[in-house]
Amino acid sequence: MTATQTPDVADSRVTSLLRFATAGSVDDGKSTLVGRLLHDTKSILADAYEAVERVSRDRGLATADLALLTDGLRAEREQGITIDVAYRYFSTPRRTFILADCPGHVQYTRNTVTGASTADALVVLIDARFGVVEQTKRHLAVAALLRVPHVIVAVNKIDLLDFAPGPFRSIAKHVESHASSLGLTNVICVPVSALEGDNVAIPSDRTPWYEGPTVLDILETVPSINDGADAFALAHAAGIAHPTAHDATVREPAWRMPVQLVLRPQDGAISPEHREYRGYGGQVAEGTMRVGDAVTVLPSGRTTTIAGIDTASGTLEEAYSGQSVAVRLTDEIDIARGDMLAASVDAPHAEKSFHAHVAWLTDRPLRVRDKVLVQHGTALVQAMVMSIDGILDISLPGGTLDASIAKGHELLLNDIGVVTFQLASPLPIEDYGRHRRTGAFCLIDPQDGNTVGAGTARTQVPGTGPDSYVSI
Amino acid sequence: MRDPRVSTNTQISHAGVEGSPRLNTLDALEAEGIHIIREAVGTARKPVLLFSGGKDSVVVLHLATKAFWPGRVPFELLHVDTGHNFDEVIEFRDRTVERLGVRLQVASVQDYIDDGRLRERPDGTRNPLQTVPLLDAIETQKYDVVFGGARRDEEKARAKERVVSLRDEFGQWDPRNQRPELWNLYNPRHLPGQHVRVFPISNWTELDVWRYIQKENLDLPSLYYAHEREVFERDGMLLSPHPAVMPRAGEPLVTKTVRYRTVGDASCTGAVESPALTLDDVIAEVASTRITERGATRADDRMSEAAMEDRKKEGYF
Repeated sequence: MTATQTPDVADSRVTSLLRFATAGSVDDGKSTLVGRLLHDTKSILADAYEAVERVSRDRGLATADLALLTDGLRAEREQGITIDVAYRYFSTPRRTFILADCPGHVQYTRNTVTGASTADALVVLIDARFGVVEQTKRHLAVAALLRVPHVIVAVNKIDLLDFAPGPFRSIAKHVESHASSLGLTNVICVPVSALEGDNVAIPSDRTPWYEGPTVLDILETVPSINDGADAFALAHAAGIAHPTAHDATVREPAWRMPVQLVLRPQDGAISPEHREYRGYGGQVAEGTMRVGDAVTVLPSGRTTTIAGIDTASGTLEEAYSGQSVAVRLTDEIDIARGDMLAASVDAPHAEKSFHAHVAWLTDRPLRVRDKVLVQHGTALVQAMVMSIDGILDISLPGGTLDASIAKGHELLLNDIGVVTFQLASPLPIEDYGRHRRTGAFCLIDPQDGNTVGAGTARTQVPGTGPDSYVSI
Repeated sequence: MRDPRVSTNTQISHAGVEGSPRLNTLDALEAEGIHIIREAVGTARKPVLLFSGGKDSVVVLHLATKAFWPGRVPFELLHVDTGHNFDEVIEFRDRTVERLGVRLQVASVQDYIDDGRLRERPDGTRNPLQTVPLLDAIETQKYDVVFGGARRDEEKARAKERVVSLRDEFGQWDPRNQRPELWNLYNPRHLPGQHVRVFPISNWTELDVWRYIQKENLDLPSLYYAHEREVFERDGMLLSPHPAVMPRAGEPLVTKTVRYRTVGDASCTGAVESPALTLDDVIAEVASTRITERGATRADDRMSEAAMEDRKKEGYF
């Protein structure tokens, strides 16, 4: 296999990368689960483990508290809580993982939305003694909203229930019914003891009634975005319902690439033959672009053709979502940072108003007529809040995301609402359900420049049924 | 490797085949790093890259050459020189600057000590002293985007830092009040006087860095590879005699085959015993090591459990 001959480590030259997030409410044992994953995949190095053992001993604990591995800030260790999203890295021979560990109780929506936005999979923790609680519903709602392709519900602390099958089965049933009402059918429940290691990375012999995979098995085998499938196809493959997908042929969407920079080196060229080079630098947001493809430039709508796809290491015939490239076009068109290149076969329209789900992430409320900046791809455009059409209330019965929308006039910290925006100039914002990159945007405070909201654009007005699709 | 639970009737073009993803981990990390660098430069007025000659800053600089190909790297490099650097590293730094045709600014801790603006610490360590010249350089040169090679896997406080990290007028990092970082949308906006630090290889591990150096055939200072060196042991670390850090009584000099896992201030950067002469050897060693990079080699991070967090809050890298 690799030059290293080390069986416990992935070879990053051949394995794929999976990004996943963990979410749980206070005391669900999330930090312990993360510590367990790191420990059982031999990702904790000796000196870090010794430090945890030493601190655990100082605190009078009988065994090493694996939660201490992940609490990185002084206040976290002092207060025994986790404040901010922490990123962890580990690998197995099958895959490398980036884990966004999202704390549950302080700014819970903010943290979970942040972690889930880039995740191929979300691990939601449930304390088996308490079952589905409000936080669980909120985490599942965020997973549905952000269309996380795979959701793993780890029903934890089964050791405290003597590994009995009954509680797990009733929780799993509850999770499934709630998840399917949210449109999530890609949910797998796993009975685990993070503290003792059952079914986290190693199959437990104390749960003979459970024949499913361990948490790690699932993480190692679900398709990741870098395997070549785009998020929509993955989500569809995993069974996430989509309002327009039932009759549509599922295939990789046409490609899009927001323009980051115009590469025109002139006197700054690394060699004279590149003096007149003119290309557009960007990362393919989705789809696969090929030399010769017809291109529509947005928002202008002008059209041209791909003349070449370049990287510093050589030219390409095609470039996939996730790749950073420089694109040459056959015509000289006025293109700048903030524009988007899209495949003409299925190019979006640039519009000046749109609806979106917005997760509001700051203390100051969002109100009608507020002005914000919308960052979409590489574009930054002024916007006004025209209406706040509703607020997600997960305590409402009857469950779909839309049926959970209650009336409201402002969004407070951690609220998720449906908002209609008017833009100062048009943007090619697409439906997030089909376009996880070009349907996403963030909201920025024009005064202090802080990121204050996360948005997912949608084509359907809430609560009005399938006849009310509006074009965006 | 396909999950059997996934239905097979969907048409996914170029779907990953058994064991060979379309983008492997290194490809994905490289593309992300280039994207981050282009985003930051696309919105910056005057960006700069902190360049020490260490392997992480070498990788970031290499990503920058790719991000702006076929143009030259469109920003200066800044080296905060403690005055206790290894000669090989300074030579390597100057060679790299020459090769790429970029401009180098040096902020010298020695100058600050010579004119009294900074005082030498009793322990002789100059790493914590770098913060003042760094912040002064950022202020006087009016840098608004400062690239660094920090990685989240290095240290627990770094694990919580954003890719694009806002610093206030005093260069301080406020870990409890960080901007959420959503999708691949980065927000480098800041008010006058503030700046952002940008870490394009946040998501890389030490092993990823080494595999990438191998894949791209990158040149590094020679002390990353095994060589014979006179060293003495202090607090479990192997230090090389240097005007800044000489052996005391009871610390005999011995010749050992060593290499450095990190290169920093000679007074607090230790060598590790290693036979790793080549990149393959180093990768094998890193893949099988059981001690963290900083735990093995950095005295400054051993000062307390929150040593790095404290330095970062004050404006350190």
